[in-house]
Amino acid sequence: MKYKVNEKGYYGDFGGAYIPEMLYPNVEELRQNYLRIIDDAGFQKEFHQLMKDYVGRPSPLYLANRLSERYGANIFLKREDLNHTGAHKINNTIGQILLAEKLGKKRIIAETGAGQHGVATATVCALRNLECVIYMGEVDIERQAPNVARMKMLGAKVVPASSGSKTLKDATNEAMRDWINNPVDTHYIIGSVVGPHPYPDMVAIFQSIISEETKKQLMAQTGSDQPDYVLACVGGGSNAMGMFYHFMDDENVKLIAVEAAGKGVSSGFSAATTYLGKEGVLHGSRSILMQTPDGQVVEPHSVSAGLDYPGIGPQHAHLFKTGRGKYVSITDEESLDAGLLLTQLEGIIPAIESAHALAYLEKMEFKGGENVVVCLSGRGDKDLDTYIKYFKL
Amino acid sequence: MNRIKQLFASKKNILSIYYTAGYPNTGDTIQIAEALEKSGADMLEIGFPYSDPVADGPVIQASSKKSLDQGMNLKLLFEQLKDLRTSVTIPVLLMGYVNPVLQFGVENFCKACAEVGVDGCIVPDLPMVEYEEFYKECFEEHNLSNVFLITPQTAEERIHKIDGLTNGFIYLLSSSATTGKNLEVGNTTEAYFSRIKNLNLKNPTMIGFGISDKQTFDKACSYANGAIIGTAFVKAIDNGNIEESVSEFMKKFKS
Ligand SMILES: Cc1ncc(COP(=O)(O)O)c(C=O)c1O
Repeated sequence: MKYKVNEKGYYGDFGGAYIPEMLYPNVEELRQNYLRIIDDAGFQKEFHQLMKDYVGRPSPLYLANRLSERYGANIFLKREDLNHTGAHKINNTIGQILLAEKLGKKRIIAETGAGQHGVATATVCALRNLECVIYMGEVDIERQAPNVARMKMLGAKVVPASSGSKTLKDATNEAMRDWINNPVDTHYIIGSVVGPHPYPDMVAIFQSIISEETKKQLMAQTGSDQPDYVLACVGGGSNAMGMFYHFMDDENVKLIAVEAAGKGVSSGFSAATTYLGKEGVLHGSRSILMQTPDGQVVEPHSVSAGLDYPGIGPQHAHLFKTGRGKYVSITDEESLDAGLLLTQLEGIIPAIESAHALAYLEKMEFKGGENVVVCLSGRGDKDLDTYIKYFKL
Repeated sequence: MNRIKQLFASKKNILSIYYTAGYPNTGDTIQIAEALEKSGADMLEIGFPYSDPVADGPVIQASSKKSLDQGMNLKLLFEQLKDLRTSVTIPVLLMGYVNPVLQFGVENFCKACAEVGVDGCIVPDLPMVEYEEFYKECFEEHNLSNVFLITPQTAEERIHKIDGLTNGFIYLLSSSATTGKNLEVGNTTEAYFSRIKNLNLKNPTMIGFGISDKQTFDKACSYANGAIIGTAFVKAIDNGNIEESVSEFMKKFKS
């Protein structure tokens, strides 16, 4: 339990709830109720039923043979790309929509980068008949057009965020402003393990189903629930936290978190937060973020909209600072190449976000026979345009 | 006794003006303060800009962005305020988000405030528990008041806790909103203002967010010790001669 949140809402030096008073009643209501609601037997039953029948869980743990051959290790892919709506994001939105209902909320808001979280939120709102407003950066609206169309078809209102770099950070600002202006009937479904306490913990709990299943599947497939390595990409860090969750206390399992280096960590166009960042406060928690010496947040860059964020969740900051996790980064080009490689070796087109995790396999050295799990957080349908342009297909 | 306490002890219907440091031009910070005092403002809140001001509406977002783009930062602001007290006598607070303060260093920040003659701070995203644990001692050592916000949704118990923790005034938001929304004093707002008035808090109260003209100002003053104007003022000084636009704006409230 040493990597989990404490009663004050902190992970070591990171976390807390740095929010203006306007958000306090909502966040406090969540804080007081989230564990009670989630632990309730009825809630668990409904959550797991939906995970099974609606999302299609458990997601397979697939031993990728040709990839394994290439790297000389047993590469297992945790297939979150096969979930309904195409990414891990739905695990969290199902959990939060049930929770929002228990709190009597009538209106749902969310931010989205790649559009996966927006689609997953619009989906559960359609499912439960709740009003849905999604904030999305103007740049992302352009580069993730298919997801914008899906959200609209699902009945959500998509509001462009036009401030700053017009990406995920700015969409998050706009969602927080909406919540400030709608303090009573609205629940904000944050899409990653960021935000004020209890969000990072709550989202991690919902995503922890990834590692819970992985352990059982590994046991069945390899005779041990302890792999040598677990890899995942990190935007805010929710698929990675879900993938790490039940391995955090197994100190012999190496956790590798892959950030987006963009055009290179020193290029000025990067989202490699732990490499470029310093401790500070963004979006309600104390964590590590990319910022100027005067504490202004620096605009990130990544070819992948879901990783284009200048911070990471506070629990990641803690895993990084304590050395429990290894934080590395992969460039735009390396990730796109890895995406094509997986497509051609295994017949799976990954989201560019997930391709960052895959790309790191190229940089690892294996003795042979190690068991490696990579979280394939999402599928690449939304990214076809980017792939096609890059590879001139 | 600090300037804030003195002001509230001696005056009613206090008019406090918020503006963003370094806006419209980097060098305007002091000139605006002087012009405001000259034309009758009772207190000033100088905003130090932040890249991600989540509690602010479009007008203050835009002024913050422009100010940052033109090079404003806390170090420069304190340099500009170096001789503040040679020309400005009314209370001055700094208002902004916590991350720039953290990077500047809390101790350094408090010291710099005290050196230039700043009387207090408003840091909306600094939570009460953090303030109590890590900031309060330093603030008090430098004789700085820390002002907290309350909204119609703030529970009574919490209001009393805030009242116990602060020593300047309490900032009453007319509704839970980002800055720049217009104040509509309907029955529920009136009930809320009256409820707060009847709590007999030890600190005076100022109503803010959405005050834009004489009428809304007078209304606010009937429930509190005064009111704060931000967005409307920032809008009024976005071009032209500073001194003229300030005195023009202030005339509306002094008639
Ligand atoms: C497929 C996929 N993977 C990863 C991410 C990054 O988010 P997180 O770091 O919270 O998992 C996103 C975000 O949109 C995504 O769509």
